[in-house]
Amino acid sequence: MVELVAVGYRIGDKWIVRDIDLKIEAGQFWIFVGPNGAGKTTLLRLISGELSPTTGRIRLFGESVSKYSPQELARQRAYLQQKRDVNFPFRASEIVLLGRHPHLNGAKESPADLAIAQEAMEQVQAEMFAERLYPTLSGGEASRVDLARVLAQEPELFLLDEPTNHLDPRHQVQILRLCRSIAQSGKSVIAAVHDLNLASMYAEHVLMLRQGIPIAVGPPALVLTPQQLETTYDVPFEVKRLSSGRLVVLPLPPGSKPKTGALKSVSN
Amino acid sequence: MCNDRSTVQNRARILYILASLLPISLCVAAGVGAYQILPWRIPPVLFFREDGFEVFIYVRFPRVILSAIVGSVLAISGATLQGIFRNPLADPGLIGVTAGAGLGAAVWIVLIGSGFFGIWGVPIAAFTGGVIVTIAVWKIAQTHGQVLTVTLLLAGIALNSFAGAGIGLMTFLADEEQLRSLTFWLLGGFGGATWRLVAVTLPVAIVGGIVLFRLARALNAMSLGESEAYHLGISTESLKRWAVFGVALTVGAAVSAAGGIGFVGLVVPHLIRLMGGADHRYVLPGSALGGAILLVLADLFARTVAIPAELPVGVITALLGGPFFLWLLMKFKKEVVYG
Repeated sequence: MVELVAVGYRIGDKWIVRDIDLKIEAGQFWIFVGPNGAGKTTLLRLISGELSPTTGRIRLFGESVSKYSPQELARQRAYLQQKRDVNFPFRASEIVLLGRHPHLNGAKESPADLAIAQEAMEQVQAEMFAERLYPTLSGGEASRVDLARVLAQEPELFLLDEPTNHLDPRHQVQILRLCRSIAQSGKSVIAAVHDLNLASMYAEHVLMLRQGIPIAVGPPALVLTPQQLETTYDVPFEVKRLSSGRLVVLPLPPGSKPKTGALKSVSN
Repeated sequence: MCNDRSTVQNRARILYILASLLPISLCVAAGVGAYQILPWRIPPVLFFREDGFEVFIYVRFPRVILSAIVGSVLAISGATLQGIFRNPLADPGLIGVTAGAGLGAAVWIVLIGSGFFGIWGVPIAAFTGGVIVTIAVWKIAQTHGQVLTVTLLLAGIALNSFAGAGIGLMTFLADEEQLRSLTFWLLGGFGGATWRLVAVTLPVAIVGGIVLFRLARALNAMSLGESEAYHLGISTESLKRWAVFGVALTVGAAVSAAGGIGFVGLVVPHLIRLMGGADHRYVLPGSALGGAILLVLADLFARTVAIPAELPVGVITALLGGPFFLWLLMKFKKEVVYG
């Protein structure tokens, strides 16, 4: 579905991302992790077609991304932005309906479009503030409305830049579960997430970036190892496996050594 | 989603009310003045050519119609600029587009003269000035993909004073007759309205208005941000180009017909949004109607408050718009501090 070959992106002399080879199939849920400025957002924007790679090539659904018009792209992939500010008194439901834009071809929204928007709001539990003005929503409420807009766009590929930002734990878990079930329905989801524990709990595949270079790619248990985490984030980490099989990833104060065998002692 | 439907109905109702208020305000404004024609005397005056027919047809009517056209296009371009800058404080006057169009007109009058392009010369020059300033504001105000209010207003100050200096230079260079037509632009107003001027302004305003109306949907997506709009399938570059073209065209037409009239483009879209929300498919037509009504009434007030003297209509709009702008700034300040 998505294929990146030797992709690099440079601004001036600075490589923002480099040497990215990635193949993402339909039905997969990927999470990109890495420190601030590691290039997660840039990589998502490259995949979305908003940026063109300096080197390498990106193929979406078998075609080069640059071949699509903005509207064709918008029907295939949706993008959730990290930062947003709307200065005008739009209602939350109107913001969600904007997700239908690529499918309308200039026509008015039909009752079917309204129903899709309604269902999208229900999926992220945003229907209770449908009629409120978007600029008056709290950060978490606005995040859910934005996510509903992305769902209403009904794409094959979801690109989500920190979808769990501003959310309380309950909604974080809910959103990531939703991402996983979207992937299970045969679509692809790529999300940039900061919380490594959430990433390890929900992602099937993790890409860990540092300064634009991939450090590790694979299932969470193979990517989120203390050594690779320390290389990436420049602080020591303790990684434990709970009896349920879940990983707990804990950053330690710089300089402190994780107890040797910590991983082993809990994993039995 | 029944709520959604009622919002749509509510907007339609607001547009119908505005659309029926416009002809009423046109008729009232056409009748009132140094020579009074009461509204119910208008039909006999028109059909039986009773007393006042000449005043009505050759003085009042072109004047009220021109002020309606100018108010309408200023309000639409204000709404478009606010949408494209995603900033509620954008206005063709504040950010220098009006002054740029004025400078274009002044340069044409003084340096080139009326020989070329006939009656279209001044509108073309005003359009060119408007385009240059709109693009300049865009380039200056945009920092890392977003337009900050501070940079937008500072860019406006810079371009306004630059255009002001240019217009000053042109008045210095102008001869007696050129000075008279220049002064007209500096003050702004509808004292010189004729059918000929209406005939020049109306087609330009219609073309510009159609261009801007067609952007309504894309402007909705744009309010999420430029890259969000792209992700929703909007060609943002082409949207910006059309918006600049349409704004420059309409503001150019307005300036060459009536000079620089401020604050209509700021106030009207806000009032329309307060009444029925932010969807540009409603805000643009609403602003067109509201701007026309507002400027017709402002001009009526300007020419009747001190009969037989006439105030420049720009003074009235500034008197209304200044406090409104302050109120918006205060609101904005509060949001920054407490939001």
